[in-house]
Amino acid sequence: MQVVTIRDGAVELGGRPVLRGIDLSISDGEVVAVLGANGSGKSTLVRTMMGLVPTVRGTVELFGVPLRDFKEHSRVGFVPQRATAAAGVPASVNEVVSSGRLSRRRIGAPVRRVDREAIRDAIAAVELTDRTHDSVSLLSGGQQQRVLIARALAGEPELLVLDEPTAGVDLASQQTFAEVLKALIARGTTIVLVAHEMGPIEPLVGRSVVMRDGRVVHDGAPIASIGDAHHDDHHHPELTRPVDYLPGVRTPLDRR
Amino acid sequence: MNILTYDFMIRAMLAAVFTGLAAPAIGTYLVQRRLSLMGDGIGHVAVTGVAVGLLTNTSPTITAVATAIVAGVLIEVIRDAGKTSGDVALALLFYGGIAGGVLITGIAGQSAATLNRYLFGSIASIRPGDVWVTIGLAAVVIVLAIGLSPQLFAVAQDAEFAKVAGLNVRLYNLLVSVMAAVTVTVAMRTVGLLLVSALMVVPVATAQQFTRGFRTTIVLAMALGSVASLGGVIVSGYVEEAAPGATIVLLALGGFVLAWPIGVLLRRRRWQATPFPESGDDFEVQSSHTAVPETHPHEHGPDCGHQAVPHGDHIDYVHDGHRHAAHGGHYDEH
Repeated sequence: MQVVTIRDGAVELGGRPVLRGIDLSISDGEVVAVLGANGSGKSTLVRTMMGLVPTVRGTVELFGVPLRDFKEHSRVGFVPQRATAAAGVPASVNEVVSSGRLSRRRIGAPVRRVDREAIRDAIAAVELTDRTHDSVSLLSGGQQQRVLIARALAGEPELLVLDEPTAGVDLASQQTFAEVLKALIARGTTIVLVAHEMGPIEPLVGRSVVMRDGRVVHDGAPIASIGDAHHDDHHHPELTRPVDYLPGVRTPLDRR
Repeated sequence: MNILTYDFMIRAMLAAVFTGLAAPAIGTYLVQRRLSLMGDGIGHVAVTGVAVGLLTNTSPTITAVATAIVAGVLIEVIRDAGKTSGDVALALLFYGGIAGGVLITGIAGQSAATLNRYLFGSIASIRPGDVWVTIGLAAVVIVLAIGLSPQLFAVAQDAEFAKVAGLNVRLYNLLVSVMAAVTVTVAMRTVGLLLVSALMVVPVATAQQFTRGFRTTIVLAMALGSVASLGGVIVSGYVEEAAPGATIVLLALGGFVLAWPIGVLLRRRRWQATPFPESGDDFEVQSSHTAVPETHPHEHGPDCGHQAVPHGDHIDYVHDGHRHAAHGGHYDEH
Protein backbone atom coordinates (compact mmCIF):
# COMPACT_ATOMS: atom_id res chain seq x y z
CA MET A 1 0.00 0.00 0.00
CA GLN A 2 1.17 3.52 -0.79
CA VAL A 3 1.25 5.68 2.33
CA VAL A 4 2.41 8.92 0.71
CA THR A 5 2.10 9.71 -2.99
CA ILE A 6 3.09 12.99 -4.60
CA ARG A 7 2.70 13.33 -8.37
CA ASP A 8 4.23 16.29 -10.22
CA GLY A 9 4.00 18.33 -7.03
CA ALA A 10 4.94 22.01 -7.08
CA VAL A 11 4.88 24.58 -4.27
CA GLU A 12 5.22 28.35 -4.43
CA LEU A 13 5.69 30.66 -1.46
CA GLY A 14 4.75 34.26 -2.20
CA GLY A 15 5.01 33.70 -5.95
CA ARG A 16 8.49 32.15 -5.81
CA PRO A 17 8.76 28.54 -6.90
CA VAL A 18 10.06 26.51 -3.96
CA LEU A 19 9.36 22.91 -4.94
CA ARG A 20 8.77 21.63 -8.43
CA GLY A 21 8.53 18.36 -10.31
CA ILE A 22 8.21 16.29 -7.14
CA ASP A 23 7.31 12.65 -7.79
CA LEU A 24 7.54 10.63 -4.63
CA SER A 25 5.91 7.47 -3.46
CA ILE A 26 6.45 5.97 -0.03
CA SER A 27 5.03 2.56 0.80
CA ASP A 28 3.93 0.91 3.99
CA GLY A 29 6.73 0.30 6.48
CA GLU A 30 9.45 2.29 4.72
CA VAL A 31 11.93 4.40 6.68
CA VAL A 32 12.85 7.41 4.56
CA ALA A 33 15.35 10.15 5.36
CA VAL A 34 14.90 13.45 3.53
CA LEU A 35 18.28 15.15 3.25
CA GLY A 36 19.49 18.42 1.81
CA ALA A 37 21.16 21.73 2.60
CA ASN A 38 19.38 24.65 4.23
CA GLY A 39 16.88 26.12 1.79
CA SER A 40 16.83 23.01 -0.40
CA GLY A 41 13.13 22.49 0.30
CA LYS A 42 13.33 19.37 2.48
CA SER A 43 11.24 20.88 5.24
CA THR A 44 8.72 22.27 2.72
CA LEU A 45 8.45 18.78 1.23
CA VAL A 46 7.31 17.14 4.46
CA ARG A 47 5.09 20.10 5.32
CA THR A 48 3.45 19.67 1.92
CA MET A 49 2.79 16.01 2.76
CA MET A 50 1.09 17.15 5.98
CA GLY A 51 -1.11 19.66 4.16
CA LEU A 52 0.52 22.63 5.88
CA VAL A 53 1.72 24.11 2.58
CA PRO A 54 -0.64 24.20 -0.43
CA THR A 55 0.54 22.84 -3.77
CA VAL A 56 0.11 24.91 -6.91
CA ARG A 57 0.27 21.86 -9.18
CA GLY A 58 0.07 18.11 -8.94
CA THR A 59 -1.55 15.87 -6.35
CA VAL A 60 -0.69 14.76 -2.83
CA GLU A 61 -2.29 11.63 -1.38
CA LEU A 62 -2.10 10.07 2.08
CA PHE A 63 -3.12 6.41 2.31
CA GLY A 64 -4.50 6.68 -1.24
CA VAL A 65 -6.81 9.59 -0.40
CA PRO A 66 -6.24 13.10 -1.82
CA LEU A 67 -5.19 15.47 1.00
CA ARG A 68 -8.32 17.59 0.57
CA ASP A 69 -10.55 14.60 1.38
CA PHE A 70 -8.26 13.02 3.96
CA LYS A 71 -10.10 12.72 7.26
CA GLU A 72 -8.34 9.87 9.12
CA HIS A 73 -6.03 12.25 10.93
CA SER A 74 -5.22 9.75 13.66
CA ARG A 75 -3.26 7.66 11.13
CA VAL A 76 -0.69 10.45 10.84
CA GLY A 77 1.73 11.75 13.47
CA PHE A 78 3.74 14.91 12.92
CA VAL A 79 6.71 16.30 14.82
CA PRO A 80 7.22 19.88 13.64
CA GLN A 81 10.57 21.64 13.76
CA ARG A 82 10.56 23.60 17.00
CA ALA A 83 13.18 25.29 19.11
CA THR A 84 10.97 24.73 22.15
CA ALA A 85 7.85 22.86 23.19
CA ALA A 86 6.87 25.69 25.55
CA ALA A 87 4.43 28.59 24.99
CA GLY A 88 3.41 31.65 27.02
CA VAL A 89 1.73 29.68 29.81
CA PRO A 90 3.31 26.75 31.69
CA ALA A 91 2.30 23.33 30.38
CA SER A 92 3.30 20.00 31.86
CA VAL A 93 4.80 17.15 29.82
CA ASN A 94 1.59 15.21 30.39
CA GLU A 95 -0.58 18.05 29.05
CA VAL A 96 1.50 18.56 25.90
CA VAL A 97 1.59 14.83 25.15
CA SER A 98 -2.17 14.59 25.80
CA SER A 99 -2.72 16.87 22.77
CA GLY A 100 -1.53 13.96 20.68
CA ARG A 101 -4.72 12.04 21.50
CA LEU A 102 -7.04 14.73 20.15
CA SER A 103 -7.18 13.15 16.70
CA ARG A 104 -8.76 10.12 18.38
CA ARG A 105 -11.07 11.96 20.79
CA ARG A 106 -14.44 13.55 20.15
CA ILE A 107 -14.96 17.16 21.18
CA GLY A 108 -16.15 17.37 24.77
CA ALA A 109 -15.63 13.64 25.39
CA PRO A 110 -13.87 12.73 28.61
CA VAL A 111 -10.41 11.15 28.59
CA ARG A 112 -10.82 7.38 28.35
CA ARG A 113 -8.60 4.75 29.87
CA VAL A 114 -7.07 3.88 26.48
CA ASP A 115 -6.15 7.56 26.08
CA ARG A 116 -4.46 7.70 29.46
CA GLU A 117 -2.57 4.48 28.76
CA ALA A 118 -1.41 5.69 25.34
CA ILE A 119 -0.21 8.99 26.85
CA ARG A 120 1.64 7.16 29.63
CA ASP A 121 3.23 4.72 27.18
CA ALA A 122 4.31 7.53 24.86
CA ILE A 123 6.00 9.38 27.73
CA ALA A 124 7.65 6.16 28.86
CA ALA A 125 8.89 5.45 25.31
CA VAL A 126 10.89 8.70 25.28
CA GLU A 127 12.10 8.03 28.85
CA LEU A 128 10.50 11.05 30.51
CA THR A 129 8.21 9.23 32.96
CA ASP A 130 9.87 10.90 35.95
CA ARG A 131 9.23 14.34 34.42
CA THR A 132 5.54 13.71 33.58
CA HIS A 133 4.20 16.55 35.73
CA ASP A 134 7.08 18.98 35.22
CA SER A 135 6.72 22.08 33.10
CA VAL A 136 8.17 21.54 29.60
CA SER A 137 9.96 24.88 29.80
CA LEU A 138 12.22 23.44 32.52
CA LEU A 139 13.44 20.60 30.28
CA SER A 140 16.58 20.67 28.16
CA GLY A 141 16.30 21.17 24.40
CA GLY A 142 16.72 17.46 23.73
CA GLN A 143 14.11 16.54 26.33
CA GLN A 144 11.65 19.05 24.85
CA GLN A 145 12.19 17.47 21.44
CA ARG A 146 11.40 14.10 23.04
CA VAL A 147 8.16 15.58 24.41
CA LEU A 148 7.15 16.57 20.87
CA ILE A 149 7.95 13.05 19.66
CA ALA A 150 5.89 11.57 22.50
CA ARG A 151 2.99 13.83 21.53
CA ALA A 152 3.02 12.35 18.03
CA LEU A 153 3.41 8.80 19.42
CA ALA A 154 0.39 9.21 21.72
CA GLY A 155 -1.89 9.19 18.67
CA GLU A 156 -0.51 5.75 17.69
CA PRO A 157 0.08 6.81 14.07
CA GLU A 158 0.72 4.52 11.09
CA LEU A 159 2.77 7.26 9.43
CA LEU A 160 5.18 9.32 11.49
CA VAL A 161 6.70 12.43 9.91
CA LEU A 162 9.48 14.24 11.76
CA ASP A 163 11.00 17.58 10.75
CA GLU A 164 14.62 17.74 12.00
CA PRO A 165 14.06 15.67 15.14
CA THR A 166 17.77 15.48 15.88
CA ALA A 167 18.81 19.10 15.22
CA GLY A 168 20.69 20.50 18.20
CA VAL A 169 19.80 17.51 20.35
CA ASP A 170 22.22 15.99 22.86
CA LEU A 171 23.59 12.52 22.25
CA ALA A 172 21.56 10.89 25.04
CA SER A 173 18.32 12.19 23.50
CA GLN A 174 19.46 11.07 20.04
CA GLN A 175 20.04 7.56 21.38
CA THR A 176 16.62 7.52 23.04
CA PHE A 177 15.16 8.65 19.73
CA ALA A 178 16.94 5.82 17.89
CA GLU A 179 15.47 3.29 20.35
CA VAL A 180 11.97 4.74 19.81
CA LEU A 181 12.45 4.48 16.05
CA LYS A 182 13.55 0.84 16.34
CA ALA A 183 10.39 -0.04 18.28
CA LEU A 184 8.21 1.76 15.74
CA ILE A 185 9.91 0.08 12.82
CA ALA A 186 9.32 -3.31 14.46
CA ARG A 187 5.65 -2.39 14.68
CA GLY A 188 5.56 -1.58 10.96
CA THR A 189 5.19 2.20 11.23
CA THR A 190 6.10 4.17 8.11
CA ILE A 191 8.63 6.86 8.98
CA VAL A 192 9.67 9.98 7.07
CA LEU A 193 12.25 12.16 8.74
CA VAL A 194 14.11 15.29 7.74
CA ALA A 195 17.64 15.17 9.00
CA HIS A 196 20.77 17.23 8.88
CA GLU A 197 22.98 14.85 10.75
CA MET A 198 21.98 11.23 11.09
CA GLY A 199 23.99 10.17 14.13
CA PRO A 200 22.67 7.01 15.82
CA ILE A 201 19.69 6.70 13.45
CA GLU A 202 21.87 6.15 10.38
CA PRO A 203 21.63 2.32 10.36
CA LEU A 204 17.83 2.39 10.67
CA VAL A 205 17.19 4.33 7.47
CA GLY A 206 16.19 2.27 4.43
CA ARG A 207 15.95 4.97 1.81
CA SER A 208 17.32 8.45 1.24
CA VAL A 209 15.70 11.31 -0.65
CA VAL A 210 18.07 14.19 -1.33
CA MET A 211 16.63 17.62 -2.10
CA ARG A 212 18.57 20.32 -3.94
CA ASP A 213 17.11 23.66 -5.05
CA GLY A 214 13.56 22.41 -4.57
CA ARG A 215 13.92 19.23 -6.60
CA VAL A 216 14.61 15.61 -5.78
CA VAL A 217 18.16 14.83 -6.94
CA HIS A 218 18.51 11.40 -5.35
CA ASP A 219 15.90 8.86 -4.37
CA GLY A 220 17.05 5.42 -3.40
CA ALA A 221 19.73 3.73 -1.38
CA PRO A 222 20.72 5.39 1.92
CA ILE A 223 23.66 7.72 1.59
CA ALA A 224 25.73 9.48 4.20
CA SER A 225 23.95 12.62 5.31
CA ILE A 226 25.15 15.96 4.10
CA GLY A 227 26.00 17.16 7.57
CA ASP A 228 28.28 14.16 8.02
CA ALA A 229 29.95 14.76 4.67
CA HIS A 230 31.07 18.33 5.27
CA HIS A 231 30.60 19.88 8.60
CA ASP A 232 30.43 23.55 7.62
CA ASP A 233 26.88 23.10 6.42
CA HIS A 234 25.24 24.95 9.28
CA HIS A 235 26.74 28.23 8.21
CA HIS A 236 25.02 28.58 4.87
CA PRO A 237 23.23 31.92 4.83
CA GLU A 238 19.49 31.43 4.80
CA LEU A 239 17.48 32.84 1.96
CA THR A 240 15.60 35.82 3.34
CA ARG A 241 13.44 38.49 1.83
CA PRO A 242 15.12 41.86 1.33
CA VAL A 243 14.63 44.15 4.31
CA ASP A 244 12.79 47.40 3.75
CA TYR A 245 12.02 50.18 6.19
CA LEU A 246 8.26 49.95 6.07
CA PRO A 247 7.23 49.06 9.61
CA GLY A 248 5.68 45.65 9.97
CA VAL A 249 2.28 46.41 8.52
CA ARG A 250 0.92 43.53 6.55
CA THR A 251 -2.59 43.57 5.27
CA PRO A 252 -4.48 40.53 4.10
CA LEU A 253 -3.41 41.53 0.58
CA ASP A 254 0.30 41.02 1.30
CA ARG A 255 0.17 37.26 1.12
CA ARG A 256 3.44 35.50 1.59
CA MET B 1 -23.36 51.04 56.16
CA ASN B 2 -24.33 47.63 54.91
CA ILE B 3 -23.68 47.64 51.21
CA LEU B 4 -25.64 44.45 50.75
CA THR B 5 -28.86 46.36 51.32
CA TYR B 6 -28.40 48.15 48.02
CA ASP B 7 -29.76 46.29 45.01
CA PHE B 8 -27.23 47.85 42.67
CA MET B 9 -24.40 46.58 44.87
CA ILE B 10 -25.70 43.01 44.72
CA ARG B 11 -25.96 43.32 40.95
CA ALA B 12 -22.47 44.78 40.71
CA MET B 13 -21.01 42.00 42.85
CA LEU B 14 -22.68 39.29 40.78
CA ALA B 15 -21.42 40.87 37.57
CA ALA B 16 -17.95 41.24 39.10
CA VAL B 17 -17.67 37.56 40.07
CA PHE B 18 -18.67 36.34 36.60
CA THR B 19 -16.43 38.89 34.89
CA GLY B 20 -13.56 37.92 37.16
CA LEU B 21 -14.00 34.26 36.19
CA ALA B 22 -14.45 34.79 32.44
CA ALA B 23 -11.67 37.32 31.80
CA PRO B 24 -8.73 35.18 33.03
CA ALA B 25 -10.26 32.04 31.46
CA ILE B 26 -9.99 33.51 27.98
CA GLY B 27 -6.92 35.56 28.95
CA THR B 28 -4.96 32.34 29.61
CA TYR B 29 -5.27 31.36 25.93
CA LEU B 30 -4.23 34.87 24.84
CA VAL B 31 -1.16 34.75 27.08
CA GLN B 32 -0.37 31.23 25.85
CA ARG B 33 -0.40 32.54 22.27
CA ARG B 34 1.66 35.57 23.38
CA LEU B 35 -1.18 37.93 22.46
CA SER B 36 -1.48 39.49 25.92
CA LEU B 37 -2.40 42.89 24.51
CA MET B 38 -5.19 41.66 22.27
CA GLY B 39 -7.83 42.36 24.92
CA ASP B 40 -6.50 45.90 25.12
CA GLY B 41 -6.85 46.34 21.36
CA ILE B 42 -10.42 45.06 21.34
CA GLY B 43 -11.24 47.32 24.29
CA HIS B 44 -9.96 50.41 22.46
CA VAL B 45 -12.05 49.65 19.38
CA ALA B 46 -15.10 48.97 21.54
CA VAL B 47 -14.92 52.62 22.65
CA THR B 48 -16.12 53.53 19.16
CA GLY B 49 -18.94 51.02 19.61
CA VAL B 50 -20.05 52.67 22.85
CA ALA B 51 -19.97 56.10 21.16
CA VAL B 52 -22.09 54.83 18.29
CA GLY B 53 -24.61 53.58 20.86
CA LEU B 54 -24.67 57.01 22.52
CA LEU B 55 -25.06 58.75 19.16
CA THR B 56 -27.88 56.56 17.91
CA ASN B 57 -29.59 56.35 21.29
CA THR B 58 -29.42 52.55 21.26
CA SER B 59 -27.91 50.40 23.99
CA PRO B 60 -24.16 51.06 24.14
CA THR B 61 -23.72 47.47 25.33
CA ILE B 62 -25.14 46.05 22.11
CA THR B 63 -23.18 48.35 19.80
CA ALA B 64 -20.03 47.68 21.86
CA VAL B 65 -20.47 43.89 21.59
CA ALA B 66 -20.92 44.17 17.82
CA THR B 67 -17.92 46.46 17.35
CA ALA B 68 -15.74 44.38 19.65
CA ILE B 69 -16.54 41.19 17.73
CA VAL B 70 -15.74 42.89 14.42
CA ALA B 71 -12.47 44.12 15.96
CA GLY B 72 -11.62 40.67 17.33
CA VAL B 73 -12.21 39.01 13.97
CA LEU B 74 -10.26 41.74 12.16
CA ILE B 75 -7.28 41.36 14.52
CA GLU B 76 -7.33 37.60 14.00
CA VAL B 77 -7.52 37.95 10.20
CA ILE B 78 -4.62 40.43 10.18
CA ARG B 79 -2.57 38.20 12.46
CA ASP B 80 -3.28 35.11 10.39
CA ALA B 81 -2.51 36.76 7.06
CA GLY B 82 0.50 38.78 8.20
CA LYS B 83 2.25 35.90 9.99
CA THR B 84 4.43 37.54 12.62
CA SER B 85 4.44 41.26 11.87
CA GLY B 86 0.89 42.29 12.64
CA ASP B 87 1.72 44.49 15.61
CA VAL B 88 1.81 47.84 13.82
CA ALA B 89 -1.43 47.04 12.01
CA LEU B 90 -2.94 46.24 15.40
CA ALA B 91 -1.68 49.55 16.81
CA LEU B 92 -3.39 51.42 13.96
CA LEU B 93 -6.63 49.69 14.89
CA PHE B 94 -6.25 50.62 18.58
CA TYR B 95 -5.72 54.33 17.93
CA GLY B 96 -8.45 54.50 15.31
CA GLY B 97 -10.86 52.92 17.79
CA ILE B 98 -10.24 55.29 20.66
CA ALA B 99 -10.01 58.42 18.48
CA GLY B 100 -13.26 57.47 16.73
CA GLY B 101 -14.92 56.89 20.10
CA VAL B 102 -13.93 60.29 21.51
CA LEU B 103 -14.95 62.08 18.30
CA ILE B 104 -18.35 60.39 17.96
CA THR B 105 -19.12 60.91 21.67
CA GLY B 106 -18.54 64.63 21.15
CA ILE B 107 -20.76 64.67 18.05
CA ALA B 108 -23.45 62.87 20.06
CA GLY B 109 -23.37 65.81 22.47
CA GLN B 110 -22.35 63.60 25.40
CA SER B 111 -19.82 64.69 28.00
CA ALA B 112 -16.51 63.03 28.69
CA ALA B 113 -17.99 61.96 32.01
CA THR B 114 -20.49 59.74 30.21
CA LEU B 115 -17.72 58.07 28.24
CA ASN B 116 -15.67 57.73 31.43
CA ARG B 117 -18.29 55.37 32.86
CA TYR B 118 -17.49 52.94 30.07
CA LEU B 119 -13.75 53.57 30.03
CA PHE B 120 -13.17 52.91 33.73
CA GLY B 121 -16.32 51.13 34.93
CA SER B 122 -19.17 52.39 37.05
CA ILE B 123 -21.11 50.03 39.25
CA ALA B 124 -23.97 52.44 39.88
CA SER B 125 -24.80 52.46 36.17
CA ILE B 126 -25.40 48.70 35.99
CA ARG B 127 -29.10 48.17 35.38
CA PRO B 128 -30.95 44.91 36.20
CA GLY B 129 -31.14 43.97 32.51
CA ASP B 130 -27.38 44.52 32.09
CA VAL B 131 -26.51 42.20 34.92
CA TRP B 132 -28.34 39.23 33.41
CA VAL B 133 -26.74 39.85 30.01
CA THR B 134 -23.34 40.06 31.72
CA ILE B 135 -23.86 36.83 33.65
CA GLY B 136 -25.25 34.99 30.62
CA LEU B 137 -22.43 36.00 28.26
CA ALA B 138 -19.75 35.39 30.88
CA ALA B 139 -21.18 31.92 31.56
CA VAL B 140 -21.04 31.06 27.85
CA VAL B 141 -17.39 32.19 27.70
CA ILE B 142 -16.50 30.17 30.82
CA VAL B 143 -18.23 27.00 29.56
CA LEU B 144 -16.55 27.22 26.15
CA ALA B 145 -13.12 28.09 27.58
CA ILE B 146 -13.23 25.10 29.93
CA GLY B 147 -15.22 22.65 27.79
CA LEU B 148 -13.04 23.11 24.72
CA SER B 149 -9.82 23.40 26.72
CA PRO B 150 -8.10 20.33 25.17
CA GLN B 151 -8.67 21.71 21.66
CA LEU B 152 -7.96 25.37 22.49
CA PHE B 153 -4.83 24.36 24.41
CA ALA B 154 -3.50 22.28 21.51
CA VAL B 155 -4.14 25.05 18.96
CA ALA B 156 -2.53 27.74 21.11
CA GLN B 157 0.44 25.52 22.01
CA ASP B 158 1.32 24.42 18.48
CA ALA B 159 -0.97 25.44 15.60
CA GLU B 160 0.78 23.29 12.99
CA PHE B 161 0.57 20.14 15.05
CA ALA B 162 -3.10 20.86 15.76
CA LYS B 163 -3.80 21.27 12.06
CA VAL B 164 -2.21 17.92 11.21
CA ALA B 165 -4.26 16.37 14.03
CA GLY B 166 -7.37 17.46 12.17
CA LEU B 167 -8.39 20.46 14.30
CA ASN B 168 -9.83 23.45 12.47
CA VAL B 169 -7.15 25.86 13.66
CA ARG B 170 -8.61 28.94 11.99
CA LEU B 171 -12.04 28.32 13.51
CA TYR B 172 -10.66 27.84 17.03
CA ASN B 173 -8.52 30.99 16.72
CA LEU B 174 -11.57 32.95 15.58
CA LEU B 175 -13.54 31.52 18.48
CA VAL B 176 -10.90 32.76 20.94
CA SER B 177 -11.05 36.22 19.33
CA VAL B 178 -14.82 36.38 19.52
CA MET B 179 -14.81 35.13 23.13
CA ALA B 180 -12.21 37.79 23.99
CA ALA B 181 -14.43 40.43 22.37
CA VAL B 182 -17.48 39.28 24.32
CA THR B 183 -15.47 39.25 27.56
CA VAL B 184 -14.26 42.79 26.95
CA THR B 185 -17.80 44.09 26.61
CA VAL B 186 -19.01 42.02 29.52
CA ALA B 187 -16.31 43.57 31.69
CA MET B 188 -17.05 47.07 30.41
CA ARG B 189 -19.45 47.98 33.24
CA THR B 190 -17.22 46.82 36.07
CA VAL B 191 -13.57 47.22 34.99
CA GLY B 192 -14.06 49.51 32.00
CA LEU B 193 -12.79 49.19 28.46
CA LEU B 194 -9.33 50.65 29.07
CA LEU B 195 -8.50 48.40 32.01
CA VAL B 196 -10.27 45.17 31.03
CA SER B 197 -7.13 43.66 29.51
CA ALA B 198 -5.49 43.78 32.94
CA LEU B 199 -8.12 41.43 34.32
CA MET B 200 -7.39 39.05 31.42
CA VAL B 201 -3.63 39.06 31.85
CA VAL B 202 -2.61 39.95 35.42
CA PRO B 203 -4.28 36.98 37.20
CA VAL B 204 -2.65 34.64 34.64
CA ALA B 205 0.76 36.18 35.31
CA THR B 206 0.17 35.80 39.06
CA ALA B 207 -0.96 32.17 38.74
CA GLN B 208 2.12 31.34 36.65
CA GLN B 209 4.35 32.19 39.61
CA PHE B 210 3.18 29.01 41.33
CA THR B 211 2.08 26.59 38.64
CA ARG B 212 3.78 24.02 36.45
CA GLY B 213 0.84 23.00 34.28
CA PHE B 214 -1.82 24.60 32.13
CA ARG B 215 -4.89 23.30 33.94
CA THR B 216 -3.73 24.56 37.33
CA THR B 217 -2.78 27.92 35.77
CA ILE B 218 -6.20 28.56 34.25
CA VAL B 219 -8.09 27.46 37.37
CA LEU B 220 -5.92 29.52 39.73
CA ALA B 221 -6.11 32.54 37.41
CA MET B 222 -9.91 32.35 37.42
CA ALA B 223 -9.97 32.16 41.21
CA LEU B 224 -7.60 35.13 41.54
CA GLY B 225 -9.57 37.11 38.94
CA SER B 226 -12.89 36.67 40.70
CA VAL B 227 -11.40 37.55 44.09
CA ALA B 228 -9.80 40.75 42.74
CA SER B 229 -12.94 41.64 40.86
CA LEU B 230 -15.27 41.11 43.80
CA GLY B 231 -12.86 42.85 46.17
CA GLY B 232 -12.59 45.87 43.89
CA VAL B 233 -16.35 46.28 43.65
CA ILE B 234 -16.78 45.99 47.42
CA VAL B 235 -14.06 48.59 48.09
CA SER B 236 -15.59 50.95 45.59
CA GLY B 237 -18.98 50.38 47.23
CA TYR B 238 -17.62 51.72 50.51
CA VAL B 239 -15.38 54.43 49.06
CA GLU B 240 -17.44 56.43 46.62
CA GLU B 241 -14.41 58.14 45.08
CA ALA B 242 -12.72 54.84 44.15
CA ALA B 243 -13.55 53.88 40.55
CA PRO B 244 -14.28 50.12 40.47
CA GLY B 245 -12.08 49.45 37.42
CA ALA B 246 -9.01 51.06 38.96
CA THR B 247 -9.58 49.32 42.30
CA ILE B 248 -10.00 45.89 40.68
CA VAL B 249 -6.86 46.27 38.60
CA LEU B 250 -4.78 47.55 41.51
CA LEU B 251 -5.95 44.65 43.68
CA ALA B 252 -4.99 42.19 40.92
CA LEU B 253 -1.61 43.88 40.53
CA GLY B 254 -1.13 43.79 44.29
CA GLY B 255 -1.61 40.03 44.13
CA PHE B 256 1.05 39.81 41.47
CA VAL B 257 3.50 41.91 43.49
CA LEU B 258 3.02 39.57 46.45
CA ALA B 259 3.30 36.42 44.34
CA TRP B 260 6.31 37.43 42.30
CA PRO B 261 9.09 37.04 44.91
CA ILE B 262 7.62 33.67 45.91
CA GLY B 263 7.66 32.64 42.26
CA VAL B 264 11.29 33.71 41.90
CA LEU B 265 12.17 31.65 44.96
CA LEU B 266 10.23 28.59 43.74
CA ARG B 267 11.85 28.72 40.28
CA ARG B 268 15.30 29.13 41.83
CA ARG B 269 14.75 26.10 44.06
CA ARG B 270 13.41 24.03 41.17
CA TRP B 271 16.38 25.04 39.02
CA GLN B 272 18.86 24.09 41.74
CA ALA B 273 17.24 20.67 42.15
CA THR B 274 17.23 20.01 38.39
CA PRO B 275 19.33 16.89 37.69
CA PHE B 276 22.80 17.46 36.27
CA PRO B 277 23.02 16.12 32.70
CA GLU B 278 25.05 12.99 32.17
CA SER B 279 28.09 13.73 30.03
CA GLY B 280 27.24 12.23 26.67
CA ASP B 281 30.18 13.12 24.45
CA ASP B 282 32.06 10.43 22.59
CA PHE B 283 35.55 11.89 22.92
CA GLU B 284 38.08 9.30 23.92
CA VAL B 285 39.63 11.11 26.85
CA GLN B 286 40.91 8.97 29.68
CA SER B 287 39.97 10.64 32.92
CA SER B 288 40.55 9.10 36.26
CA HIS B 289 38.30 10.27 39.06
CA THR B 290 39.17 13.27 41.15
CA ALA B 291 38.86 12.77 44.87
CA VAL B 292 37.97 15.76 47.01
CA PRO B 293 41.11 16.57 48.95
CA GLU B 294 39.66 17.99 52.18
CA THR B 295 38.27 15.72 54.85
CA HIS B 296 34.60 15.95 55.68
CA PRO B 297 33.39 16.80 59.14
CA HIS B 298 30.03 15.24 58.22
CA GLU B 299 28.52 12.74 55.87
CA HIS B 300 26.35 14.04 53.01
CA GLY B 301 22.80 12.78 53.25
CA PRO B 302 19.18 13.85 53.00
CA ASP B 303 19.48 15.96 56.15
CA CYS B 304 22.95 17.46 55.78
CA GLY B 305 21.64 20.78 54.48
CA HIS B 306 23.52 20.69 51.19
CA GLN B 307 21.51 20.77 47.96
CA ALA B 308 21.09 17.20 46.67
CA VAL B 309 20.93 16.97 42.88
CA PRO B 310 20.39 13.73 40.93
CA HIS B 311 23.23 12.99 38.51
CA GLY B 312 22.77 9.83 36.46
CA ASP B 313 22.53 6.87 38.86
CA HIS B 314 23.68 8.75 41.97
CA ILE B 315 23.30 11.99 43.91
CA ASP B 316 25.67 14.95 43.81
CA TYR B 317 25.75 17.25 46.84
CA VAL B 318 26.45 20.92 46.11
CA HIS B 319 29.05 22.04 48.68
CA ASP B 320 30.65 25.48 48.41
CA GLY B 321 30.39 25.47 44.62
CA HIS B 322 31.65 21.89 44.31
CA ARG B 323 29.70 18.78 43.39
CA HIS B 324 30.47 15.99 45.83
CA ALA B 325 29.55 12.42 44.95
CA ALA B 326 30.10 9.57 47.38
CA HIS B 327 32.69 7.04 46.17
CA GLY B 328 33.72 4.30 48.54
CA GLY B 329 34.96 5.97 51.72
CA HIS B 330 35.52 9.43 50.19
CA TYR B 331 33.89 12.02 47.92
CA ASP B 332 34.63 12.60 44.25
CA GLU B 333 34.52 15.93 42.52
CA HIS B 334 31.84 15.69 39.79
